[in-house]
Amino acid sequence: MTYSVPDVPGESPAKSDLGEASNVWPMWEIFVRQTRGLAHVHVGSLHAADAETALQNARDVYTRRQEGVSLWAVPSVEIVASDPDETDSLFEVNTKPYRDATAYNIPDEVGHM
Amino acid sequence: MALQDQAEFDAVIAADDKIEPTDWMPDGYRKTLIRQIGQHAHSEIIGMQPEGNWISRAPTLHRKAILIAKVQDEGGHGLYLYSAAETLGVTRDQLVAALHAGSHKYSSIFNYPTLNWADIGTIGWLVDGAAITNQVMLSRSSYGPYSRAMVRICKEESFHQRQGYELLIRLCEGSSEQKAMSQDSIDRWWWPALMMFGPHDSDSTHSAESTAWKIKRVSNDDLRQQFVDATVPQADYLGLHIPDPDLVWNEERGHYDFGPIDWEEFWQVVKGNGPLNRERLDHKRAAWDDGAWVREAAVAHAEKQAAREFESRRTA
Ligand SMILES: [Fe+2]
Ligand SMILES: [Fe+2]
Repeated sequence: MTYSVPDVPGESPAKSDLGEASNVWPMWEIFVRQTRGLAHVHVGSLHAADAETALQNARDVYTRRQEGVSLWAVPSVEIVASDPDETDSLFEVNTKPYRDATAYNIPDEVGHM
Repeated sequence: MALQDQAEFDAVIAADDKIEPTDWMPDGYRKTLIRQIGQHAHSEIIGMQPEGNWISRAPTLHRKAILIAKVQDEGGHGLYLYSAAETLGVTRDQLVAALHAGSHKYSSIFNYPTLNWADIGTIGWLVDGAAITNQVMLSRSSYGPYSRAMVRICKEESFHQRQGYELLIRLCEGSSEQKAMSQDSIDRWWWPALMMFGPHDSDSTHSAESTAWKIKRVSNDDLRQQFVDATVPQADYLGLHIPDPDLVWNEERGHYDFGPIDWEEFWQVVKGNGPLNRERLDHKRAAWDDGAWVREAAVAHAEKQAAREFESRRTA
């Protein structure tokens, strides 16, 4: 429970209806490079009016404790995602074992390969 | 592969796997999460007020820096959580509007006043401590974005609790006035902290569904007991008295027994009749209104920049 609040007995739950969906500021996806030599990794999203403030907000929201050395901010609408319903055709599993190094038996006496 | 229907959803829940935003999910699951994550986010944001109240009066520069860092973290927690809620098809502005309209609630604990400096220690120790007990459980919650937000939050909460407890160690080592101030603080915060875990399991309306969906993985009463068991020895170490005459170690259960909670007070505060419900919301709304020009200016600036860029590309 803790940070959620129970319904008051007898109070109409219809009260918690939300108004119209809108956001004043667009959403950005934030990526942080933890240290030189590593790739930028997605850490979360935030709202900002433009690219410059997106980076400033990212600094405040996602890097308060030496989380990294470099930030990327990408407009969320620019992310192209694969169709979740086409997962099978994009990510076949186990149909091509010959692509895997472990599919080949090398005798022990050959040594590490 | 995204989940397509109830059967696939049920299988993922049964396997203790995570649900992700593009998956099919029952309407009730989505609604419960929007409500819960929304309330959680609002709690973090409103929770900045009781402590923010003492930033200008912190006794040393060191304590002031700690307090600013902690309050800033809570703002960050609110933002992570609003982002998690947005993956369910609502917007942050919608949720904030619901908070301002009073149709979305936040944790009742933040409707109590911070009357002395020791309260800053007690909040870190007990309120953040209760929050950690709950949030560690929520980091195993079935909804991926919620559980990921919790992992991040829990790391920071540990700092919150430790700085609070250490503040009280220093005070309790101090003068008799400082010790008395600490005792006064725990006297006021102990019961509201226990109420944070919510109604007894037998009176908890949403619990059964939330537990079946693995949003919630431990019951209110079990979490409360876990918190009491961990906290009593910590109070002993400080030499502070817990204001409960019925508090006693139960050898047989292997837990502390504790006295009855004043549910009348709990419901009064939930309904809006707590000491500071009105002030907290008024303050939040005023800050939102005062910041309107900043939000508008940021949008105007962004539009102007975009127009300029468009123009320079066109003429290049
Ligand atoms: Fe927090
Ligand atoms: Fe906290």
